Amino acid sequence: MSALAPALPLPASAGRIGRRSMIRVTVMGYLSIAVLLPLAAIVWKSSGAGVAGLQQAVTSPETVSALELTTLASVAVALVNAVTGTLIAWVLVRDTFPGKALLNSVIDLPFALPTIVAGLTLLTLYGPLSPFGVDAAYTRWAVVLALLFVTLPFVVRAVQPVLHELDPEMEEAAAALGAGKSTTFRRVILPNILPAMLSGAVLGFARSMGEFGSIVLISGNIPYRTEVASVRIFGLIQSDDVVGAAAVSVVLLVISLLALLLVTGIERRTRRYER
Amino acid sequence: MSIEIKGVSKRFGDYAALRDVSLTVDEGSLTALLGPSGSGKSTLLRIVAGLETPDAGSIHISREESTALPPQKRGVGFVFQHYAAFRHMTVWENVAFGLKIQRRPKAEVSRKVEELLHLVQLDGLARRYPSQLSGGQRQRMALARALAVEPRVLLLDEPFGALDARVRAELRQWLRRLHDEAHVTTVLVTHDQEEAMDVADTIAVMRDGRIVQAGSPQALYEEPASEFVVGFIGHVNRVGGVFIRPHDIHISTVRGPGSLPATFRRLVYLGFDARAEVVSEEGHPLQVQMTRDEASLLELVPGQQVYLTYTRTHVFDEMHVDGRAGQTDALVG
Amino acid sequence: MNGRLALRLAAIGYVLLLLALPVGLIVYRAFAGGVPAAWQAMTNPDALHALWLTALIALIAVPLNAAFGVLCSIVLVRHNIRGKAFLGALVDLPLGLSPVVVGLALVVVYGRYGWLGPWLADRGYAVIFAVPGMVLATILVTLPFVVRETVPVLHEIGTDQEQAAATLGASPLQIFMRITLPAIRSGVGYGVVLTTARALGEFGAVSVVSGNIIGETQTLTLYVQDRFQSFDSTGAYTASLELAVLALLILPLMSLLRKKERS
Repeated sequence: MSALAPALPLPASAGRIGRRSMIRVTVMGYLSIAVLLPLAAIVWKSSGAGVAGLQQAVTSPETVSALELTTLASVAVALVNAVTGTLIAWVLVRDTFPGKALLNSVIDLPFALPTIVAGLTLLTLYGPLSPFGVDAAYTRWAVVLALLFVTLPFVVRAVQPVLHELDPEMEEAAAALGAGKSTTFRRVILPNILPAMLSGAVLGFARSMGEFGSIVLISGNIPYRTEVASVRIFGLIQSDDVVGAAAVSVVLLVISLLALLLVTGIERRTRRYER
Repeated sequence: MSIEIKGVSKRFGDYAALRDVSLTVDEGSLTALLGPSGSGKSTLLRIVAGLETPDAGSIHISREESTALPPQKRGVGFVFQHYAAFRHMTVWENVAFGLKIQRRPKAEVSRKVEELLHLVQLDGLARRYPSQLSGGQRQRMALARALAVEPRVLLLDEPFGALDARVRAELRQWLRRLHDEAHVTTVLVTHDQEEAMDVADTIAVMRDGRIVQAGSPQALYEEPASEFVVGFIGHVNRVGGVFIRPHDIHISTVRGPGSLPATFRRLVYLGFDARAEVVSEEGHPLQVQMTRDEASLLELVPGQQVYLTYTRTHVFDEMHVDGRAGQTDALVG
Repeated sequence: MNGRLALRLAAIGYVLLLLALPVGLIVYRAFAGGVPAAWQAMTNPDALHALWLTALIALIAVPLNAAFGVLCSIVLVRHNIRGKAFLGALVDLPLGLSPVVVGLALVVVYGRYGWLGPWLADRGYAVIFAVPGMVLATILVTLPFVVRETVPVLHEIGTDQEQAAATLGASPLQIFMRITLPAIRSGVGYGVVLTTARALGEFGAVSVVSGNIIGETQTLTLYVQDRFQSFDSTGAYTASLELAVLALLILPLMSLLRKKERS
């Protein structure tokens, strides 16, 4: 087919235009009611107290503490995931052993398991009644643990397909030119999987920032100690400070948006390499 | 089922894909739209099919105004370069698709599909999926599928472009034979001039959204209307503004009246013919075509001094972009 | 070879400690008080109601998002409109949204003092502290999945097949039903599985929106928390077990469909 022809299905005709507009209107309508409306409401509500009120809500010590904890934990977890996720993806793609399919399947568990159940079981394993004698409950480690659980799949699933598609000829060429295994990894493989690692880590980061269900039981939600941003918002809602809750939500929203923009940017730049 | 294309123009954004194109495709003929990428040939084909709408101009199929008709109603069969096979259906279901849409009775559908599969030599592969077929087989299936609904007109968009050379040549022959039997008006888009010359009754050469010349393969080869056409169709030697076909040059070891001196470099045997590479006095490399017998009779040695005569040359007045300008032939010797 | 073995063990060990073990423990704890106690915990009215409510919400949210997902993918891939990037961002947004923020947003819109709340209340419609709100919350958090999984598949299959079908006489509806849908079914299938898993497991958003009224607006996830906070260990773990079983049923579906999608 001519490279110039745009990838549109069929040309316009009266019935066709009507049908397409109907689809578009339905999609826009659904999105507006489901996403746009609530989003606008939050932003609007947060402005309810004016800029001063917003500032006050966001800089209250308990909120700042919660945001700090959440951000620090999310960044730390993202970094750990970048390494462990890549390691697991590597083993899944490059290695063969009995039970590999099972391992591959298990990786999806955090996506399939409800967060509250995840939290409960982590509490069971690493809390006061732990069979390992490890009691991390009500500490900051509990938060990190929960986040590690829920974000494990992100980097793995992002890197796996890229590793899979990697042209073995590149590595063969490197070997023929005298590069050892670690050099090959550093200079040939790593640069190619880096975008996937990054986008997986950033998606995991965005998820961590807002994570609620898995943290709620195991962290104890102690203000200034183990209270994360989402729990703080929940608390503000319960004390009827809806404006305050909205303000903190907007901060989280902005951070998530930046993260999502980053991922899209990475994906777009990677596509440039491919053609 | 003739096709009448009148004054068709089409833009994509800033890009003019077709400029005021007109062409008549005779009923029962096999016409090739030949040109380089970007010449607009695929766009034109798709407009005939109804897969694109022109900005201006009209399409008549069988003398019926078809410009505003959707593809469903035009009675055209279309074959895509990359087969467009329905991946989730078997070969049998692919070919039967159009008939099922027409709600033909089961027995009829069965019979027609069997016939067509036999026609395209895919019997026995009915239960396979397209992914299990080779490229050539997939394209034959696509052809059978298009023919199943008895189209008035068959349109093929670079149908052999994705296949390797040997398969391409085979299918080309096969298509011509199919056409000779079925006599469906066929339009073929290709960038391969050899393919067009081999298969078509009429060739329309396109460039930059216009038809620069249309005619029989013979006419285009022997009476090219512009530099572009003479260079595009068949091999040609270019010396400054003069174009000479390889078989219009004759080599002699003896100087004759009006012959030009040159140095022989190398001889290549190509199947029936031989090709001699020579360099003229001014340093222009030229290719000369002759029969094997002629070549062996000459007994040429690299570096040898030879003498060339031209039996025919082409010169063009290129002031007009679309090659409508006149052409002078110099008949020498 | 030693390096490879070490890598392998490290990967397996990490996954085991973090994922597999916790789940094994749920089973253990659920039956720690004996099978009859576990059965009791699973079949008491509140537990059953929670299970029923969870299923109901999923049964509404998943098909709606699936249908929307397909339509939205078509608009994103096949239509030529301005602001496609904006549309895509809007669809992706719930991915980065904290579930609590989702719940809050719904309260602000549909709550007692919200934008639409009073208007709806006058007509007798309760959204917050009622099932409709929970359905809305679930729809919002599971919105992106089908779209995100279907878009690349739609891109990949291209328009050729659809155009071929048109030349063979198929109407637009026939093309959609016979060509487009079957071609994208792997993407849609995987997206639906992800949506279902998320819908069943949603906690944060429904927590905010539901008011957590036991026996009325408690989903299974909320029930787990409720039982835990009431020191009803068996109740909490048996409910968790139900959810874990659902997750374990969904897991192989995920693997299967992801493989189909990639091929």
